Amino acid sequence: MRLTIDHRTVYRFSEPQARLTQLLRLSPEDTYDQSVTGWSLHVDCDARMREGRDGFGNKVTMLYVEGPITGIEIAVSGEVLTNPSHGVVNGAAEPLPPPLFLRATPLTERDDAIAAFANDAVAGENDPVARMHALNGAVRKQFTLDEGRPVSGRTAAEAFGLKTATSRDLAHILATAARSLNVPARYVSGYSTVDADDAPAPHGWVEVHIDGLGWVAFDPWTGICADEAYARIAVALDAAGAAPVAGSRLGEGDEEMDVDVHVEGGEGQ
Amino acid sequence: MGGVSGSMALAQAFDEIMGQPGSSVPRAPLSPLGNWIDGTPDAELRRRQEAAEATFRQLGITFAVYGDSDASERIIPFDIVPRIFLNSEWNRLSEGLIQRVQAINAFLDDIYGARRILDEGILPPDLIFGNPQFRPEIAGMRPPHGIWAHICGIDLVRTGPDEFFVLEDNARTPSGVSYMLENREAMLRLCPELFREFRVAAVDSYPDRLLETMKSVAPGNVAAPVCVVLTPGHYNSAYYEHSFLADSMGIELVEAADLVVDDDVVWMRTIAGRVKVDVIYRRIDDDYLDPLVFRPDSMLGVPGLIAAYAAGNVALINAPGNGIADDKAIYSYMPEIVKFYSGSEPKLPNVETWRCREPQALKYVLDNLEKVVVKLVDGSGGYGMLVGPTASKAEVETFRAALIAEPHRYIAQPTLALSTVPTLADSGLAPRHVDFRPFVLTGSRGVQVVPGGLTRVALKEGSLVVNSSQGGGTKDSFVLMDDGAPPPAPPAQTQMQSQGIG
Repeated sequence: MRLTIDHRTVYRFSEPQARLTQLLRLSPEDTYDQSVTGWSLHVDCDARMREGRDGFGNKVTMLYVEGPITGIEIAVSGEVLTNPSHGVVNGAAEPLPPPLFLRATPLTERDDAIAAFANDAVAGENDPVARMHALNGAVRKQFTLDEGRPVSGRTAAEAFGLKTATSRDLAHILATAARSLNVPARYVSGYSTVDADDAPAPHGWVEVHIDGLGWVAFDPWTGICADEAYARIAVALDAAGAAPVAGSRLGEGDEEMDVDVHVEGGEGQ
Repeated sequence: MGGVSGSMALAQAFDEIMGQPGSSVPRAPLSPLGNWIDGTPDAELRRRQEAAEATFRQLGITFAVYGDSDASERIIPFDIVPRIFLNSEWNRLSEGLIQRVQAINAFLDDIYGARRILDEGILPPDLIFGNPQFRPEIAGMRPPHGIWAHICGIDLVRTGPDEFFVLEDNARTPSGVSYMLENREAMLRLCPELFREFRVAAVDSYPDRLLETMKSVAPGNVAAPVCVVLTPGHYNSAYYEHSFLADSMGIELVEAADLVVDDDVVWMRTIAGRVKVDVIYRRIDDDYLDPLVFRPDSMLGVPGLIAAYAAGNVALINAPGNGIADDKAIYSYMPEIVKFYSGSEPKLPNVETWRCREPQALKYVLDNLEKVVVKLVDGSGGYGMLVGPTASKAEVETFRAALIAEPHRYIAQPTLALSTVPTLADSGLAPRHVDFRPFVLTGSRGVQVVPGGLTRVALKEGSLVVNSSQGGGTKDSFVLMDDGAPPPAPPAQTQMQSQGIG
């Protein structure tokens, strides 16, 4: 599939800022089933940019802006070609081994209610792939989809107690549930056609590690595997670790953030 | 006056000055210290001790005890009687320390890189990957010159003339070096006669050695690298040490607001403009170093610092992620780690350790709670610790319940007969248990052990807990440059010793 992506992030500050330092995870990379055929990152002000990698192997761009500055727009756009792969991820940089992804984080703290839910969901299934399908389907069924902006700082346990959930909430719940079953799971940030147009954030889903198969992508938003309609950008233990923008500003006042994501799918290759 | 030999309360422990248990005279090379103790009235010793403490209070060498409201008023008590290492003892000890610190550096380089030690099955992988001290955020990043633990404070205990054991490896930001330096300065001022009796290796070169170490790990080929000390600020309990070290090295003491990262390079704001910074001795925990990578709410850190580090543009002393090397859960594997990287047996042993996560070890510990010391794997400073032999029945039972509930959080060790040193107590001189923290520096030109260190003493009679938060004090630690002047020998004996070719 040919995915055409436009992702615009705008920050407006109530007071001029003396400086901005941002860590961006906005660049997809090639895997066996994903090739980036064109990609650009544009900032609407004078900024110094440096490319590097974070500890999870994600490509990062450091953005340094000298003030005074009252706002910034970061726009990425490009094209990614994907192949159907049944959700199996091949050819990604894997600097950290699967057991690391059994860890809890503040956003994906172990939770008794989620663990009990996970146990019920996989009861009677023995095949590891079938168990994950059952778990993913159960998470999908439990919630009404919330297409709004994700709530910063909401934990998996908090989200589990609600009726509606954003893609980020669902992914945190699925990752926490899988880990409670001793299945390594990680958060993926990226783009997908399953989102509504003008989505207020990139899409979030989960990759779980299955022995013999490797990392397999599941999307609790759809209840099925994340396949060719998805372009992965970054993985980490939770959404905070894979955040598209982690920023710090030097200055007084408040900030407003606006995000627009458009993803279009067409015939590829 | 014989205060030293008079007390037999801890007769079964080796005494650093008196020697084997029950000895009533000092070890031969240390007899001048015995004479000094005998010839100096207790009241005079006490006067000098109080003079030293008054100076420390004036300098502001204070520490904070958690849960204590007047914490800022506290100083660590100082004891006037030094502990003394013979030159030969020190040399053997140094070899073990160098081997240990080399292994710590090799381990950190491996565990955040190729992870050969896991491939070879030396360590269980879950011990690393499930351990919060293993920081995935910096995996794959390598510090300049491949050196991670530039400053190590290895805590040791001693049970006999040559029996030293490592109690704890401190490879993050070990503190206490200012006590080593200030204690020596006080001793030189208050007890100059001791330095005529003994040839004591100087410790005052520590700041120069540290600065040299820092410069040696600067990235690239900078002719005159700029080094700074980064402090969380004057509310931190070790602020005195931060300012003391910056001052004695002649470099800037900075807070996060003084630094800025631009284009992956660290700059220091000065009145004269920006100055590029090459090496940062940071006294801020990993969690607070860079809000973009670690805790986003950190006000103490520098945004972009880890990017500058990852780009190889700045050296951080010590490197982020080092906590995995001095973690208590890793500690019990240190002998295997040292052997793996050095290719030989560890010269400095560990204290025997039962990992309570292992069922058999847990059973042994539960059956012997009144004999062992139980520690929280993630605790420090003497908190969350049970000293079986001195604990009350209720304390033992509290720990029994905690161990059964969460065995993986605990390790246990035998109660060692820690060595003692004569110490000025309320009732006069009496033996008190001590431990020892030497400081080991690693730069691009090698590893060195500073000839001295921090001796901590448990001031309560019979107590084995030396932590300052639990009523411990400090002493100066002499390292002799020889094994003491041998008693003058008759000429004939000298001649007899030189024969032998027959």
